[in-house]
Amino acid sequence: MTRVENAPAVDLQDERLLAPKTLGDSVRAAVRRVRDGDLGMLPVFGGIIVIWTVFQLLNRTFLSSTNLVNLSFDIVPVGFLALGIVCVLLVGQIDLSVGSVSGVSAAITAMVMVQYGQPTWIAIAAAVAAGSVIGWVYGQGFNRFAVPSFVMTLAGLLAFLGVQLWLLRGQNAVNLPYDSNLVQFAQLWFVPAWLAYVFAVLAAAGVFAAGWIGARTRRAAGLSAVSMRLLVMRSALILAALVFAVYYLNRTRGVAWMFMLFVAFVLVMHYVLSRTKFGRSVYAVGGNPEAARRAGINVKRVYSWVFVLCSTFAAIGGVLAAARLAAATQSTGTGDVNLNAIAAAVIGGTSLFGGRGSAFSALLGILVIQSISSGLTLLNLDSSYRFMVTGAVLVVAVALDSFARRSRQAHGRG
Amino acid sequence: MTITESAAPPVLSLRGITKNFGAVAALADVDLDVGAGEVVAVVGDNGAGKSTLVKILAGVYRADAGAVRFQGEEVALESPAQVHALGIATVFQDLALCENLDVKANLFLGRELRPFLLDDVAMEQQSWELLRQLSAKIPTLKVPVAALSGGQRQTVAIARALLGDPKVILLDEPTAALGVAQTAEVLNLVERLRDNGLGVVMVSHNMADVRAVADRVAVLRLGRNNGVFDARSVSSEDIVAAITGAADNAVSKRASRLAAGTEES
Repeated sequence: MTRVENAPAVDLQDERLLAPKTLGDSVRAAVRRVRDGDLGMLPVFGGIIVIWTVFQLLNRTFLSSTNLVNLSFDIVPVGFLALGIVCVLLVGQIDLSVGSVSGVSAAITAMVMVQYGQPTWIAIAAAVAAGSVIGWVYGQGFNRFAVPSFVMTLAGLLAFLGVQLWLLRGQNAVNLPYDSNLVQFAQLWFVPAWLAYVFAVLAAAGVFAAGWIGARTRRAAGLSAVSMRLLVMRSALILAALVFAVYYLNRTRGVAWMFMLFVAFVLVMHYVLSRTKFGRSVYAVGGNPEAARRAGINVKRVYSWVFVLCSTFAAIGGVLAAARLAAATQSTGTGDVNLNAIAAAVIGGTSLFGGRGSAFSALLGILVIQSISSGLTLLNLDSSYRFMVTGAVLVVAVALDSFARRSRQAHGRG
Repeated sequence: MTITESAAPPVLSLRGITKNFGAVAALADVDLDVGAGEVVAVVGDNGAGKSTLVKILAGVYRADAGAVRFQGEEVALESPAQVHALGIATVFQDLALCENLDVKANLFLGRELRPFLLDDVAMEQQSWELLRQLSAKIPTLKVPVAALSGGQRQTVAIARALLGDPKVILLDEPTAALGVAQTAEVLNLVERLRDNGLGVVMVSHNMADVRAVADRVAVLRLGRNNGVFDARSVSSEDIVAAITGAADNAVSKRASRLAAGTEES
């Protein structure tokens, strides 16, 4: 059979399919998706816009370059915790101990550097390795002894808080040397302006290249693909947004390397979760562990890896928290840190029920949480208000998630 | 393609399969033969051992005794993955699909192409080929499985089983949860599998479905073989009699009573 020039692609041959043909169709299809409850990242983007607008109206310095640079620093430590939480939520489990684990990791970093006078990299390696070991222990407890992750990590929350206090030997805080690379990294290191622009262009070019190569392969295989126009528009939009962000941050101190580190980790995790076999098995285990097992996936190994990933990210977050503060204290990782990390993941769109979400929800969710915190601080309101507002936002996010979920089911979008 | 059942050696052959659960003999000395291009229905009452037999064939349970010959060679059925690699695919009654994943992801679950940079294009292409081959009525692969109807899900589950190019496919109650039209679709699918030369084992409660597609009907009763019938010549009454154990039972009594004009009541 010779292929007719405008024969429908292999995946668009069913006559019942409402396939978008023009740009307008694509937009209408997107609107229909949202109406049916397939919200994706929309609520969190909307949330960020609302929160930023409100705080900007209340305080003119909120959207200033200085404050946004600070924000870009402040989201990173808890952001790492949220990235770990995204992983465990995707398999339908929970880790309540990320705060304590980050506290232990901060304490280890400080003690190894200050008390034992070891080089920075050894301190970081020790802290991160400790995090991985903790995750491995969780995995073993969960897999071998069938301890529910909720209980296992609740126990960890207490136990590792104890370890943190024990490590600090009763000292309220152990200060890190201010001239160490770690502290400088977390407080003073910025991407040179030109390099930041290069990153922005590379990111947009990368999105375009990936989309273009993907579309070409799909067309060659006889499948439908996104139109060139849509691709160009999307990449141009990303380029404009990134260049503006870089320009705006560069008006004061610029783009922090620590923030870039976090973004890099988010991108890597996004790749791992969406483009690798391991990532696919994470979603499968979150959706239906029994089906995953019967499909030949080693479900226990997936759980183990996810717990290890989560605690490791928590440990990295702890190192950065210590670096940001130039000290490990008894209160590092305590208080609302745990719940902020979990709230960030959920607000960002990762479902509490497993199998749904993405690495970007850590970045966007923590941006919401820290924006609230920063905005209230600028208004001279104390933490009592912060707790109440964050709690309310979390409830709204979860309610929206549940509501959208019901709507999706009603409209046959899963 | 014509295959004379009697001449072709069975592609799958069970001899003396026995499985005990504690003091209960779930299967005792069960034999079963399946030829290429043949649909064998396994029927039986609740507790007859149908599900146990399926799970042994799928590698979920290990038989306590008995021999399995597959394509003329003695094999051990050790794990689901190993059995699938041999060429025996199972579609469980609960389908075992991940509802949050789309059709393509479900079809290739555990067997993704290019583990470190998933080849979505090739997977989608092969998915379409497979579904077209089955004349499956699934409009798009991009929706999560939760959005599909029962018959479509059954089709996806069967398509997934076919992906490894198996020689024998086991269907556990493929029509139990389906409506009339969807049942007909699945039965068409079973016939197409047979025409493609696969050996099909279909476990079912539904006598009408069994008679519609099966070539032979193997009856299990209380964990033992209770006759193998040629589906074209046997009557439903005979099958029911074999399922329930004798002519002297509630079902046949009721049938004869109705036939006799209910004079005894």
